[in-house]
Amino acid sequence: MTSAHVEPVTAPPVAPPAGRPAPGRARVNPARRLIPYAYLSPTIVLMMVLMVVPIVMVVGYSFRDNVIVQENPVLVGFANYTKVLTDPDFLVALKNTAVFISVSTVAHLVLGLGFALMLNTQLLSGVTKAVFRIVYILPWLFTIAVIAVIWRLLLDPAGVVNYVLQTLGLVQEGVNWLGDPSTALWAVTFANVWSGYPFFMISLLAALQGISADLYEAAAVDGAGPLRRFLNVTLPQLRPVIISMAVLDLIWTSQQFALIWMMTGGGPLNTTEMLSTYTYKQAFSEYEFATASAAAVIVLLLTMVLAFFYVRQQQRER
Amino acid sequence: MTTRATRLKRLIGAVTVAATVAAVAACGSGDSGDTAADGTVTLEFAQWWGAELPAGDFDKIINDFTAQNPNIKIKLLSAPYASTKQQLVTGAASKTLPDVVGLDGAWVNDFAKQGAIADMSKLMTDASYDPSQLASQIQLDGKTYMIPVVNFVYPLFVNKDLLTKAGVADVPATRSEFLDAAKKISATGDNVKGWALPLDTAVPNGIQNDVMSWLWASGGSMLTDGKPNLTSPQVKSTVEYVKSLNDAGVIAPGSLTMKEQDKVEKFSNGQVGMMIDSLAHINLIKKNKPDLNFEVAALPAEDGYTGKRGIPYASWGIGISNSTKHKAEAFKFVSYLMSQETNAKLSTIANGFPGNKNAEPDFSDSDPLFKAAFDIYKQGYPANEFVGLPKAEDLMRSFDEQLQLVLTGKQSVDDALAKSQESWSSVIG
Repeated sequence: MTSAHVEPVTAPPVAPPAGRPAPGRARVNPARRLIPYAYLSPTIVLMMVLMVVPIVMVVGYSFRDNVIVQENPVLVGFANYTKVLTDPDFLVALKNTAVFISVSTVAHLVLGLGFALMLNTQLLSGVTKAVFRIVYILPWLFTIAVIAVIWRLLLDPAGVVNYVLQTLGLVQEGVNWLGDPSTALWAVTFANVWSGYPFFMISLLAALQGISADLYEAAAVDGAGPLRRFLNVTLPQLRPVIISMAVLDLIWTSQQFALIWMMTGGGPLNTTEMLSTYTYKQAFSEYEFATASAAAVIVLLLTMVLAFFYVRQQQRER
Repeated sequence: MTTRATRLKRLIGAVTVAATVAAVAACGSGDSGDTAADGTVTLEFAQWWGAELPAGDFDKIINDFTAQNPNIKIKLLSAPYASTKQQLVTGAASKTLPDVVGLDGAWVNDFAKQGAIADMSKLMTDASYDPSQLASQIQLDGKTYMIPVVNFVYPLFVNKDLLTKAGVADVPATRSEFLDAAKKISATGDNVKGWALPLDTAVPNGIQNDVMSWLWASGGSMLTDGKPNLTSPQVKSTVEYVKSLNDAGVIAPGSLTMKEQDKVEKFSNGQVGMMIDSLAHINLIKKNKPDLNFEVAALPAEDGYTGKRGIPYASWGIGISNSTKHKAEAFKFVSYLMSQETNAKLSTIANGFPGNKNAEPDFSDSDPLFKAAFDIYKQGYPANEFVGLPKAEDLMRSFDEQLQLVLTGKQSVDDALAKSQESWSSVIG
């Protein structure tokens, strides 16, 4: 068998048609190139004015000697950061915030998942599930101010919670939930959990309803019981949603201000002081805008770490 | 894509850009103190008073002014107290305060030091205004920065029914009588306590109204020559007295996070027998609990004290922005509010006491308790040493935190006062 030598065929150069530029080398009118930016410009301008400029200003303030209240503040480098990071009140606020957001997020997740599973079950009738759905979502419909007032009333030493506990014989006398340093942080965390779990519940319910029934059927054919189906089918399917929700919740909860401020004001004895209330007090009570800015930048950096994980998670999902 | 659709998109894009630029430009332009083509000046007046008065009453007073001064218009910026404070703090910082501002005495020092509010002494001289008619002026280095327009005093509120039930015949007039009455009221049961002490640190004015008021009622002072003197025997006696009330179990539980409104709520519901509170709340209590049998009295003084009793007060104060171009017009408006007739009218509808010495509030249509409180006010003297102090709210908060340590048994009174003294000294000097 002989082999034929085949000369490679070189295609003759093809000249672009007259009046039509080669692909990738299109000569576009410069004015036309600006059109996309013109469309983007409202967003860019708004982002600059509402986000970039304030952030840059706050960062700038944090490096100066008490800005705003002084006519000619001078650069002091990292002095404000040193002052904030060595302030015992800030460290207490940091610890409280860590406890508050971690407990809140875990509780939101557990409660939200539990209620979502209940609303997704085939064991309850449609009407029952509809009623439960309305009841469970109610906390989400209240504004933070209303939630703070409701829970202040409920947790009052002479309030409903103590009345119920006393009636059941669980406590001898009314517990001072918000006024007692040993219970205040748990009380505000509980109120935050109550107000925030419906968002998890709704999101996880939507995710649960998106899981293909085929997976459960296949697992059942393989002999998997309810627990194994939950561990090997449900949880892996919910994983991306759970991670995204948890990271978002950590970010949102770290910025919780109104609930704490209205329920305890950071007290008693700083036991519910959060980074948000600490920063507010620095600015609007002590008029120390530079240290308030430094504290705000520290919170921003901590939040950016969480945001980084959130974005990375989102990219992985794609 | 059709040419028509392309044109439409371009048009929408162009309009959006133009609208955004216009909006941004509008954000940067202030309309404070505008002068119209016909020479009419519009003054912005930021305050929380309008929100606390019966609907429309404050507008009538403003309309009377504009009718008398057709070349000046007043634009009211009314918001709740807390919002007003935040807006003014940021406005003072950015030199964009409205032309005329409602002020609390606790803010004056900080605003004046920033150069945000004007020296009104000069404006008074320029306008040939007679300051002797003013009941008080809030000054710093001899210059007036705030004029109290209406004053609200904080007498003792007593639930007469609870007092009778407890077997106490007379309203307590001394500290020991108060402790005794509080003990007896607390002993009546049903979770009723003798006194309410709001020590919430979010708004720590309980230190001013409910704690230092005991000191002032006995002629005491927390300052000496303008400097803090918290370790004095008088202040120590006051804190020890509050501690004794706490130790006796006569204070309503939850005081460490109790707010002023909780205190009023508990008194209205008959859960506490006595409280120190603003006269401004009389109408609120009467509205919510028309059957509550209560009266107002002077604050109890130390046993044996015979001098005049200081009675805490809060003011609706007024000041003028240092950056306004229309200081003369602004002062014209201030002098109108401080005039005998207008000030009497304003204090009557506000259920407060006038800032003009010659103004007499009309109590004919008011609850008799206002007349009683006015008599107490005239027998004593208005006392509020936090007015004019720098970072006044912060001073209250640091004292509050030390007092909370005392009440929870974590610190002695002496240590608390020493630490408060140190903390205050770093602010006041």
